[in-house]
Amino acid sequence: MKNHPSASSQPARPGSPLDSSGWLLAPAALWGGCFFLVPLLIVLLVSFATRGVHGGVVWQFTLANYGELLHPIYIVIFVQSLAYAAVTTCLCLVIGFPFAYFIARAPRHLQSIWLLVILVPFWTNFLVRTYAWMFLLRAEGLFNGWLLHWGLIDEPIQMLYQPVAVLIGLVYGYLPFMVLPLYVACERLDPTLIDAARDLYAGRMATFRRVIWPLVKPGVVAGSLLVFIPAVGAFITPDLLGGARTMMIGNLIQHEYLVVRDWPLGSALSFILMALVILLLRGYFRVDRRLSLPQVSQ
Amino acid sequence: MKTKRLPAVGICVGILALAAACTQDPENSREAQNQGSRPTLHYFTWSDYVGPEILAEFERREQARVVVDLFSSNEELLAKLQSGATGYDVAVPSDFMVAIAMQLGLLEELDHAAIPNAKALNPHLQRLPFDPAQRYSIPYLWGTVGIGYDSNVIKTPPDSWAILWDPRYKGRISMLNDQREVFGATLRWMGQSLNSQNQAVIEAAKAKLIDQKPLVKTYTSDHYDQLLATGEVVLAHGWGGPIARAMRERPSIRYVVPKEGGTVWADCLVVLKTAPHKELAMRFINYLLDPQVAARTSERLLFAAAPAVAKGLVPHDIRDNPAVYPPDEVFDRMEWMKDVGEAVRAYDRAWTELKMR
Amino acid sequence: MTRGGFWLKLATAGNVLFLYLPIAVLIVFSFNASRLSATWQGLTLEWYRLLLTDQALLEATFNSLLVAGVSTVMSLILGVMGALGIERLAARYQTTVDGVILLPLIIPEIMMGVALMLLFVTIKLPLSLLTVVIGHVVFNLPLVMVIVRARLRKLDPQLSEAARDLGAGTWQVFRRVTEPMIRPAVIGAGLMALTVSLDDFMVTFFLAGPGAATLPLKVYSMIKAGISPEINALSAVMVLASMGLITVSLLIQRRSSS
Repeated sequence: MKNHPSASSQPARPGSPLDSSGWLLAPAALWGGCFFLVPLLIVLLVSFATRGVHGGVVWQFTLANYGELLHPIYIVIFVQSLAYAAVTTCLCLVIGFPFAYFIARAPRHLQSIWLLVILVPFWTNFLVRTYAWMFLLRAEGLFNGWLLHWGLIDEPIQMLYQPVAVLIGLVYGYLPFMVLPLYVACERLDPTLIDAARDLYAGRMATFRRVIWPLVKPGVVAGSLLVFIPAVGAFITPDLLGGARTMMIGNLIQHEYLVVRDWPLGSALSFILMALVILLLRGYFRVDRRLSLPQVSQ
Repeated sequence: MKTKRLPAVGICVGILALAAACTQDPENSREAQNQGSRPTLHYFTWSDYVGPEILAEFERREQARVVVDLFSSNEELLAKLQSGATGYDVAVPSDFMVAIAMQLGLLEELDHAAIPNAKALNPHLQRLPFDPAQRYSIPYLWGTVGIGYDSNVIKTPPDSWAILWDPRYKGRISMLNDQREVFGATLRWMGQSLNSQNQAVIEAAKAKLIDQKPLVKTYTSDHYDQLLATGEVVLAHGWGGPIARAMRERPSIRYVVPKEGGTVWADCLVVLKTAPHKELAMRFINYLLDPQVAARTSERLLFAAAPAVAKGLVPHDIRDNPAVYPPDEVFDRMEWMKDVGEAVRAYDRAWTELKMR
Repeated sequence: MTRGGFWLKLATAGNVLFLYLPIAVLIVFSFNASRLSATWQGLTLEWYRLLLTDQALLEATFNSLLVAGVSTVMSLILGVMGALGIERLAARYQTTVDGVILLPLIIPEIMMGVALMLLFVTIKLPLSLLTVVIGHVVFNLPLVMVIVRARLRKLDPQLSEAARDLGAGTWQVFRRVTEPMIRPAVIGAGLMALTVSLDDFMVTFFLAGPGAATLPLKVYSMIKAGISPEINALSAVMVLASMGLITVSLLIQRRSSS
């Protein structure tokens, strides 16, 4: 194409068939096809297969695995996981919003430092962060030590291996996912708008509801999804901080695959989980198309 | 200008590293660069099941390298093998899992000529039901499942599994995170076999366990020794070894096998059918079963060693500790765990239901 | 404003405390002489010494670095090419592709681990470091593509068109025009991929074969075995390492932006 006369008069526009560099996408597409779409397809197929007596898969079509999932125990686990994820999301929102707002209001040169403050825990290994809470919460741990020392309690409180420990771990693990998009949204917020609202004698609540909320809503939705989705499939947090007393979907899937070796049932479970997440996201993209890309990038 | 070349250099390094990673056995290729080609033996075993100095000695003796990979339950071991993790040479499944692995054709027949140390095992471990002729497996470490308790808190020594249902110890009880063991203890308490395949019996055991759950602090197979030692739990359902380890940190800890009886278990050495170094694997098994080596392992882990002589080689306090070496009189009430076949689904559902409460 | 400002500051302080207290406590107690207790019993470096002599741990660290390095480089190559490729597609395909590349980022990690394990079982590829690397590229590739693509979208297409008009070939346009402009995004994507790969537990958990344990797998089995000051020491080292990584990334970004 080099120096071709028509190339200068009619440059190859993106998307035109003249341009041959669309092949650049081929290796990535091939990789994704082989190692992402095909595996998903296999999971789908396995979810309709029969379990071998000692695990493994017998290729005999059945709907029994999905039928099994209608058993109340699995439904309860799904509902519980959704509830954990929802509470985690709300807590992250309540805790993270003032923080994000504060950072967005801070002077420009300080903002990057504040972002760093969020990023350090975010870049720290998830297992390490979970372990930190095990260390703090156990009966012989630091919190109980302090409370006993100050005479606030006479007996250590059971915190570790309780649902509250799982919640703390989830909130701690995913809080940065909430704060970052919220910060982006708050940063776009023009402070003069708030001043204007105040000048017009809007109360604090009214200012929030009428001015701030509509503007930060996209950030709230994005942050909520970024927290809710990993939280609903969490494995490490309930496993380590829940002391294997609580099971979330992630633990159930791991249990089916690695403990009971019921691969078909495990596959059916993971497929339902994936469908759930995709439905949620479809809803999100329908609600707000503007936020499709940039959120994930930073 | 120099920095401009950095990405190119990075790409080259990356591709080279990839080439290295893609070779069948990364350890071997890595080794080959500095120490000639020593065979690498892959040993798949329980967390903290082997002392580094014991491995180092074998490595010296055989001019080989031993790489250890860990699993934390029999089920995890089987799942890994079934999911195509070939390359392990020697593994240590427990009794009932040996039976399953045999049926699935995962095990290599042992060459007894290469394992002379297998001849002199403790009489209790000869002719085990799942592999009487030791064609595929040789017992290595063994023991019982019972209750560890803090005698400072529980003054009268408990003699029944019922103590684990005692509301006075709410929140201070730990149970194994192992569905067969937890159901096993419950079934024995109910006067049933711990290998029951009867749906109604399993349901009844489940109901008992659901009653118990509010009292249970955690289900763990890994760190109840620590929980006992720090006093976070005063009752732990568990294997003798970790409970004996807790005794070292907190002398008031005691061990009891309830009168209803429980599990006797043996972790067995096996060679996998897909093992790359079968002969070395046989020699490794023979080495681990050497009475001296086995005694050292026993001393370290506080599990009973299978070679008959080894018991005499460990210190008195360990030899006489019922948590480590089961006294003869408990054998009448012990039961080996067996594969329950299709009933595993009933256990599984019951276990899931217990966990979701 | 002053009262609102006060509450805002209080909430911020609470957040910072919440985020940093656990990490700080871990680091402080990595120097505690007591093995089991959470009471302070004197200063020691014993746990750090133990770390350095733990052969399995060093091997796991090596594996982690190898997997992270290789998967990052592969993801960068495939991802940058892919992002450029999307640019050339017709607009209506672009939207679809943008949606599809988000999929691996949003489906639950455990699902990805399970699916890849089933794939390798089906094609009878034995689990090893190689399968771990493949798995890591699966989630790092879309990450790189999304980040680089976001940057490409902001570029003025007229720049490369102008270069073409001046007679530059496709490769020249990339080297001279596109690459310098997307470099910060590529570096950022690389660091992100490195971090995500070093952090990954779930996918590796399902894909690791003999001798392929990575650092997170090792840490997990250590945590399972109970609280120990050795884990505290390891955590301290890992926190410092991630701080180092962030500092490096900031320095690079500052340099490339100036």
